[in-house]
Amino acid sequence: MDLKLGHYNKDGIEVVDVEGEIDVYTAPRLRELLIDLVNKNNYQLVVNMEKVEFLDSTGLGVLVGGLKRVRAHDGSLDLVCTQERILKIFRITGLTKVFGIHDTVDLAIAAKKSEK
Amino acid sequence: MATVEVTFTPLPAHVRTARLVATAVARRSGVDESLLDEVRLAVGEACSRAVEAHRRHCPAEPVRIEMTDQDHRFVVTVSDHAPNPQTPADTGPRDGVARNGTGHDGASHDGASHDGAGHDGSEYDGLGYDGLGYEGGSAIPAGFGLAVISGLAEDVRVLSTSSGVSVQMSWPSTASAS
Repeated sequence: MDLKLGHYNKDGIEVVDVEGEIDVYTAPRLRELLIDLVNKNNYQLVVNMEKVEFLDSTGLGVLVGGLKRVRAHDGSLDLVCTQERILKIFRITGLTKVFGIHDTVDLAIAAKKSEK
Repeated sequence: MATVEVTFTPLPAHVRTARLVATAVARRSGVDESLLDEVRLAVGEACSRAVEAHRRHCPAEPVRIEMTDQDHRFVVTVSDHAPNPQTPADTGPRDGVARNGTGHDGASHDGASHDGAGHDGSEYDGLGYDGLGYEGGSAIPAGFGLAVISGLAEDVRVLSTSSGVSVQMSWPSTASAS
């Protein structure tokens, strides 16, 4: 599978559902979606990676780029991921210290709300 | 010695194909199932890097991957032909790649793949992560892909010459030479 993207709003937070593989070929679509959401004033984002089957450094770059964009508006971008195969690249790159990574969308949303 | 060679036009769409082929060959070579995700990711990173280099410098030239069983190791070499104005010596094992290939010291010319958006060239951006400064698709510094590879494969060697870069990675395999 390539990449399937969807998004919805829950409790004022925009949740992005990602399914499939995020690599050099598919990452631009995720990038465009994140840019579009920020341009529409959505600065509190949760990216649900539970159905992501592959993530490489290109995908990491898109996520970091999205994080930078929302932070420019005092927003935040958190991730939902429990898959060890995906978390591994975050650990290798040290990005576990940069992103909030949660086990479920509800936990991610609750964490964001408790930050306010 | 069993060798599989694949060449492909430097298009992002083909990187997935290269990953799938490498994983299949690794499995047949006897690489442990627990390492196949690492093979897939590392080969994908190397191919993405090569594709970006070719798209920038020589889009008509194919990227080449060689996969070999050698002394109970599954060896993958990804080679590009992009001219490289910086020609560091062979970096040897992983330590050498980590020192030279992460982009933190400014080394490496093309590094991790990106979607071609422009760079603003800014420096440290306050995220606590050095080198993040690109405006555009990737906020990951050059050389990041090599750094990821070095964290995935036991033995990584990068040979960089003025005519291109070869990234060689290997993992233990159980198959005997044929």
